[in-house]
Amino acid sequence: MNINKFIYIKLIIILLFSSNILFASDTKLIKQNWSFKGVTGKFDRSSLQRGYQVYTEVCASCHSMNLLSYRNLGEKGGPEFSLDQVKAIAANFEITDGPNSDGEMFTRPGRPSDKFVSPYPNVQASMAANGGAYPPDMSVLVKARKGGSDYIYSLLVGYEDPPSGFKLDDGVYYNKYMDGNQIKMSNPLSDGLVSYSDGTNATESQMAKDVTHFLTWAAEPHLENRHKTGWRVIIFLIILTLLVYFSMKKVWSRIDSEK
Amino acid sequence: MSEHHYTPSSKFGKWFNDRLPLLTLGDHLASYPTPKNLNYWWTFGGILTFCLVTQIVTGLVLAMHYVAHADMAFDSVEHIMRNVNYGWLIRYIHSNGASMFFLAVYIHIFRALFYGSYKSPREIIWILGMLIYLLMMATAFMGYVLPWGQMSFWGATVITNLFSAIPLVGESIVTWLWGGYAVDNPTLTRFFSLHYLFPFIILGLVVLHIWALHVPGNNNPVGIDIKKPSKDTVPFHPYITIKDLFALLIFLIIFSGFVFFSPNVLGHSDNYIQANPMVTPKHIVPEWYLLPFYAILRSVPDKLGGVVLLFASIFILMALPWLDRSKVRSAIFRPIYKQFFWLLVLDVLVLGYVGAMPAEGLYLLIARVSTAYYFLHFLVILPVLSSFEKTEPLPLSISAPVLTGNSNEYK
Amino acid sequence: MEKSGKKNNRRDFLFTASYTVGAVGIGATIWPFIHQMNPDSSVKALATTEVDISQVEPGNSITVLWRGKPVFIKRRTESEISEARSVKLEELKHPEKDEDRVQKPEWLVMMGICTHLGCVPLSDKGEYNGWFCPCHGSHYDTAGRIRKGPAPVNMEIPKYEFVDNNTIKIG
Repeated sequence: MNINKFIYIKLIIILLFSSNILFASDTKLIKQNWSFKGVTGKFDRSSLQRGYQVYTEVCASCHSMNLLSYRNLGEKGGPEFSLDQVKAIAANFEITDGPNSDGEMFTRPGRPSDKFVSPYPNVQASMAANGGAYPPDMSVLVKARKGGSDYIYSLLVGYEDPPSGFKLDDGVYYNKYMDGNQIKMSNPLSDGLVSYSDGTNATESQMAKDVTHFLTWAAEPHLENRHKTGWRVIIFLIILTLLVYFSMKKVWSRIDSEK
Repeated sequence: MSEHHYTPSSKFGKWFNDRLPLLTLGDHLASYPTPKNLNYWWTFGGILTFCLVTQIVTGLVLAMHYVAHADMAFDSVEHIMRNVNYGWLIRYIHSNGASMFFLAVYIHIFRALFYGSYKSPREIIWILGMLIYLLMMATAFMGYVLPWGQMSFWGATVITNLFSAIPLVGESIVTWLWGGYAVDNPTLTRFFSLHYLFPFIILGLVVLHIWALHVPGNNNPVGIDIKKPSKDTVPFHPYITIKDLFALLIFLIIFSGFVFFSPNVLGHSDNYIQANPMVTPKHIVPEWYLLPFYAILRSVPDKLGGVVLLFASIFILMALPWLDRSKVRSAIFRPIYKQFFWLLVLDVLVLGYVGAMPAEGLYLLIARVSTAYYFLHFLVILPVLSSFEKTEPLPLSISAPVLTGNSNEYK
Repeated sequence: MEKSGKKNNRRDFLFTASYTVGAVGIGATIWPFIHQMNPDSSVKALATTEVDISQVEPGNSITVLWRGKPVFIKRRTESEISEARSVKLEELKHPEKDEDRVQKPEWLVMMGICTHLGCVPLSDKGEYNGWFCPCHGSHYDTAGRIRKGPAPVNMEIPKYEFVDNNTIKIG
């Protein structure tokens, strides 16, 4: 009976996790020792700040991040730019606002409360400019891909010459990690493409790492708070469980002693 | 402790109770005689009540911030996750809470199957429970549509299309369900409305479920009828309440593990892509708790046949009290049934596994064998077993086996 | 049931501790469910609005929305200013100097909300040439001070500053 129970519980656990294991892609992703991984994971501020630089200088020319506002860059648990830096970053962008009292739209410098400016006015425009492929919005991209951060990083460094005999369609590139190995986006990163303001050497893998770090935060901005709250809740629950367990023993001892 | 009529001690209490006997109800619930040998598999009733209340409360909060519109639903969920104070916490509790709810309900159902809790005189409790389970599936399905991601959209498309298998009126029914010619804004808004309504119907059924339980009283691991109240029973409070609380806290620790440390592990990454009616995801899979039924659906190569089998697999459970006619309730005293019970558990787990896999090759074969076995269990094995099985002798009372053995197992 | 007193104390302590810790837990759980109804971070981020006032002629006013409420920005004429400044403080229900209610005498920036029950008063109406609230008949003067009617205090002055001569930042 007890062995049966044990098997039963084990089977349930296997069932719960099986779908995720089973769906793992055939090509092994490059695993990184991300600082945000694990139950005590935190973001690396300087990597987030560098990652924002890569995003804004490289990715943002095609990829939008509609769910983020400039103010998010200064919020706790994120890149934590100072308030003045956030204001300066926002002011670099031209925002279309209005209509004004004459009914006209006008442009003004960005404010922290503004959403990230999109490179294209709509999806159709972005598809027209990119040979029919829609550069996906990057706000929750990490959560929208199997393998998450490791997948994004692998993809960014996964550009290769196609193996002999592989028939590559027109206007696409070979990528080891892309589903079907064909990707419309050309290799976006190359050594020295950006010059990091903190002096870090901008190698291709460094940039891929930083921008993935940034995108992971963008997809899950409250991750640090979630981990921290989680520890408090679980430690609290364990204490309460122990108290209730001993109280239960006491209460039931009345019945047990009657036997 | 004999049968007594409750009289409130205070004058006001008496005045109030004569007009609305709430205090009598409270006294009934507290002193309700419960078998003293209930094990931890019996704590899931309380856990499920907790799950239902949690889903209602968190859902109520989410509805304050969610926008049920095809253009805004996805962004409004992200607004909850990013901007609303503690929105991420409340939403993760709600989404993982659905999974925990189903985990608990499956344990609850299999407990009833093992100990024969569906048998006379508890058939109505069992049928009410199955209705609750059915409504839970409908509610969970509609809730999964609300974030308006790719899995939401295509899940809704596939499931609503099940009804198109109905001869003659199928297409009209599907159009009626959609409020259009595809899953679109009208579908989303009506799903939101019903997703809000159904939990309250479930709540009502839960009250009936508990009411029906309090008529014959709890079944117990030994499965014999007991005198209530007697030496075999304890008052519900504090004995069962504190035991339920302890089990609930253990459950909450696991629940918190999911919410805080892997909140998306039970979900599907495609649902973080906004719904797009032009592109279908590569694998459409329902949430894990619906996978066994999904496997049954796909194991039949005929559209109508698959749908019929899917619904049959659920409704067959309602007929269970009349399919299994063995007088002995608990599997402890049914050596052969016990083996078949574990085979059924395994069968359902296998169905869940193949439900997550592509419907082809070996997986399809396994799915078909498991589906056949599922029906075989209920339609053939149980009725045959009820007349052939030689059951072991039952004890006279709960205290009897405990007194003779030297088992000191904590209850 | 015969247990020593010491043991009873321990039992009582155990139960008290369980109840206390449990109550703390319930309290801590309730807070997120209350706090979620407070303004969220996107609402709080909109706390400032910049207004271009270069088009406003003397004697005219514009109304802008700030935090979901109207703000009156009135360019007062010389006579309106002197009218506001000539009133004796003792005559006022809520004595405030006009000088304390404006940063530049020409510009009156004020929440367009009647302090009675929150309606929006009408401009250039009422017995004191200022504002008049149609809901319950409160009269305000050219400095937005309550002169007659049920409103208890003067209309509120929001936090604002002149970014330059043509721009006001509210909030």
